Amino acid sequence: MAKPHLSRNLKRNLVAYSFIAPNFIGFCVFTLLPIVFAFVLAFCKWDGSNPIEFMGFKNFTRLFGDTFFKAALKNTILYCLGTVPLTMVASLGLAIVLNQKVIGRGVFRTLSFFPYVASLVAVTAVWKMLFHPTKGPINSILVNVFGHDPQLLPQWFSGSLVLVSMILFSVWKFMGYYMVIYLAGLQGISSELYEAASLDGAGTWNKFRYITWPQLSSTTFFVVVMLTINCFKIYDIAVMLAGGGSGELTESSTVLVFYIYQKAFINWDLGYSSAVAMVLFVMVLTVTVIQFYGQARKERTDR
Amino acid sequence: MKSAHKKAVLGKTIVYLILIIIALLMLIPFVWMLSASIKTDREVFIMDPFVLIPKDPRWSNYTNIWKKIPFGKFVENTVFLTLVVTFLQLLTSSFAAYAFAKLDFKGRNKLFLAYIATIAMPWQVYMVPQFLMMRSMGLNDKLLAIICLQAFSAFGVFMMKQFYTDIPDELCEAARIDGMSEYRIYFKIMLPLSKPALSTLTIFTFVATWNDYLGPLIYLRSQSKKTIQLGLKMFISQYSSDYGLIMAGSVLSLIPVLAVFLMLQKYFVEGVASTGLKG
Repeated sequence: MAKPHLSRNLKRNLVAYSFIAPNFIGFCVFTLLPIVFAFVLAFCKWDGSNPIEFMGFKNFTRLFGDTFFKAALKNTILYCLGTVPLTMVASLGLAIVLNQKVIGRGVFRTLSFFPYVASLVAVTAVWKMLFHPTKGPINSILVNVFGHDPQLLPQWFSGSLVLVSMILFSVWKFMGYYMVIYLAGLQGISSELYEAASLDGAGTWNKFRYITWPQLSSTTFFVVVMLTINCFKIYDIAVMLAGGGSGELTESSTVLVFYIYQKAFINWDLGYSSAVAMVLFVMVLTVTVIQFYGQARKERTDR
Repeated sequence: MKSAHKKAVLGKTIVYLILIIIALLMLIPFVWMLSASIKTDREVFIMDPFVLIPKDPRWSNYTNIWKKIPFGKFVENTVFLTLVVTFLQLLTSSFAAYAFAKLDFKGRNKLFLAYIATIAMPWQVYMVPQFLMMRSMGLNDKLLAIICLQAFSAFGVFMMKQFYTDIPDELCEAARIDGMSEYRIYFKIMLPLSKPALSTLTIFTFVATWNDYLGPLIYLRSQSKKTIQLGLKMFISQYSSDYGLIMAGSVLSLIPVLAVFLMLQKYFVEGVASTGLKG
């Protein structure tokens, strides 16, 4: 009696595995294995052709004395500190405006998604023209409308201003995306709350302060987490806006992912590059853990 | 009453004013791109007066870009990659998601945990070892490398599983009692039902693959393998002051992705909104 039951079980398992296999094999080979490899590599020295050498924590101690690494870390964090709050505020504002009964709501929503969908190479090329230090319309408006000194025009893509350009660009590119998340959150707020507040004579600001903002707290939490993680991973925006002809970044504009790329594919210092990658991983992991506990706490209080 | 009405009108005016400003901010770069794409390099920066469409539009920018760089080859590579990746992504992840959502088998939770564990892992962390592995498989400078890189994401499996879990189990049970095999249930019942989720996954995968820069940059070295993004960037580095041509190339590179977005935008918006609600 047991045998046919067993073989039916086996058959059922096999059918299920056959469904999973095509994706899982690809996933194992091209994602799981490289991840394991990354952890091992961070403790080794390798140039890609000679034998691998075990290094212990030497790669990590080397990070502390590496000024270029510190610059990359600092720039990534500064970029993040600028981009996250600005994008959050802009997307929340946009969502609140678009949540009103306005004509052409759909059109506006579509438009605000264009920057997000459009490819970076194309839109950064436009930004570099608009913000061109000598010929660009932004600087010529500064001179002709605001009377800015033509000798001291802002150099948007070099020096200390490059981070500002990256932040402004990112807010422009990403606000439409997070606006949709906020719109979904806004639509989840019961209209009765607003009606009750109106009866109590609450104005627009108080309605926002005491209803919208607290009701959106979990959406805001999610938006901030997502934005932070995405900011940590910044690479192409920096390369397109600040990179020279061959895409190299200087100390004022370098970011973590660029340093990973540079150490690996230009210097072939693979172990060290992986150690830098581990720093990125720990940063993302920290934010993810915070999100996990934040969510768990919220679920407890909801109950 | 009257002052309340006045206040409402004022509120509406402010709302529309903000909307118009935002719409302009969103649109100006694209309008500039279109306008500059039919100008000469001297005309593009003339601000006084700024003309949207020059008297003598330089349509030749749009034909010259195909001659200056092998733009046709870049388009061909990108279209090929995007189509294959999107197709594989849809097929393999909906296939696996069906098993995770609707079948009971040994090791289900453990296998799914493997997917979950990688969600917090940014690709940038393991892109280097991934390259080294693919190189040892002889995939360096092959379009196939980009396919392997993009086609098996955990994200697709997650999204499809979420969707299938919401479909009632009774539907599959009834079909099983009728003697349908799991494969038939998947193809005849689940797949037709999952059109919205598949559309969401399509647009996400399409946009990501079409616009990807770092992946192709690492793997595709030779000119004949380059994608539009790489090719356009290369062109910008070489001819940095050929603004008209750069803009014409940019416009061309945006058309397919904007077209797909406009067709499927409903699903895009739903996909984004639902990821937010889950969190």
